[in-house]
Amino acid sequence: MQSGINVFTSFGTNDIWFMAQAAWRTLMISAVSIALGTLLGVICGWLLHEGRILAAVLLAPLLDAFRSVPLIIQLVLFYNFAPIIGLNLDPFASGVIVLTLYTAALVANVAQGGMQAVGVPMRRAARSLGMSYWQDLRYVVFPIGARAVFPSWVGVALGVMKDSALVSVLGYVELLRASQILITRTQEPLLIISIAGAFYFALSYPISRYAAKVEKRWVQ
Amino acid sequence: MIEIRGLHKYFGALHVLRGIDLDVPKGEVLSVIGASGSGKSTLLYCINGLEPIQKGAIRVDGTDVHAKGTNLNKLRQRMGMVFQQWNSFPHLTALENVALAPRIVKGKSRAEAREIAAYQLQHVGLGDKLNAYPNALSGGQQQRLAIARALAMEPDYMLFDEATSALDPELVGEVLDTMRVLAEEGMTMICVTHEMGFARDVSDRVAYFHEGVIAEIGPPTQIFGAPRSELTRKFLAKVR
Repeated sequence: MQSGINVFTSFGTNDIWFMAQAAWRTLMISAVSIALGTLLGVICGWLLHEGRILAAVLLAPLLDAFRSVPLIIQLVLFYNFAPIIGLNLDPFASGVIVLTLYTAALVANVAQGGMQAVGVPMRRAARSLGMSYWQDLRYVVFPIGARAVFPSWVGVALGVMKDSALVSVLGYVELLRASQILITRTQEPLLIISIAGAFYFALSYPISRYAAKVEKRWVQ
Repeated sequence: MIEIRGLHKYFGALHVLRGIDLDVPKGEVLSVIGASGSGKSTLLYCINGLEPIQKGAIRVDGTDVHAKGTNLNKLRQRMGMVFQQWNSFPHLTALENVALAPRIVKGKSRAEAREIAAYQLQHVGLGDKLNAYPNALSGGQQQRLAIARALAMEPDYMLFDEATSALDPELVGEVLDTMRVLAEEGMTMICVTHEMGFARDVSDRVAYFHEGVIAEIGPPTQIFGAPRSELTRKFLAKVR
């Protein structure tokens, strides 16, 4: 019999459970960020659409910055510089803030496109019925625009969910981070990365299936 | 009664309406004819308050449309408008298209609004299409849907902006028939139109627009039978 200490232990059922919990955390951070980011993004998109010059001068460059600077850099910058201005945030909160802003920047363009898809004649028709500006927005522009850009929004949402893996650099134990931990211990990268991939697929696939179904219902 | 006094309208440097004076009493059907770009459609947009004006005044039942304190949303409920492009709401069924404004603007209950909508759709001959989505309707049906949608607000006036111009020729008739029915029911209507037959047969008066002014206005017998203006004569010779 072989003696000595075994440094590496093999992959077990406990580890699957560990990864499932991490997948849940991936889902949580993504869901919160996508929800908040979409809300903020729609407001930004509306400002871009209606705000004319002011929004174009002030908001558009800001959103461009969030869109063009790689997410990992935004995360590291924010996480390291937030304490300087007195914000002591845990990795989850930092991740949510950065992912939310990133999502908002992407959704703003999508939302603006959606509102543009509802032409001026349609809006005049709504107003001619006596609808107020807000009623027009709520009952005509949003529902029609949302249907027009729903597929793009799903693309953004799925992208953000996958990008949430980058929050691992802050030490938040989501799916990717959990996989790295397990790989270090078990030295079975192929197996673990495959399982992580399967988890990501299991998270994304239902969303894209559901989205396709919703889209189909709207097309009729 | 719609009263228009000394109305001027510019789009930037373009002087579109150059001094319009016009009274449309209750119950009248007025057709507005004229070449494209003569300002006919713009007049309707100004009456409805969808376009601001630069000079003059438009009063609807005594309310100044363009005065600062005027509640346009309220005023527009009394003026239905039908556009060249029918603009049906694509995400709603025919019934919901018509029921929407009565419900959210007039505050009718859902059931009440649907009842009004069903009645108005019946009225324009779409009683069998209540649950159809607009993309399943022909252009003519969508335009009648737009008419029903405007009527559901129980307006005192109806403004038609070239309601048949975007339709395939074989679909024009059904929309004109619907407009005829409204005229017979005594609806006050201003119809910007290229349909000379409709203008001649249905209207009480016809106004001929030329370069932003009313070149001639009178009963159809005068406009089509014995036009007093040389401009009218020339225009009619071209369109006939």
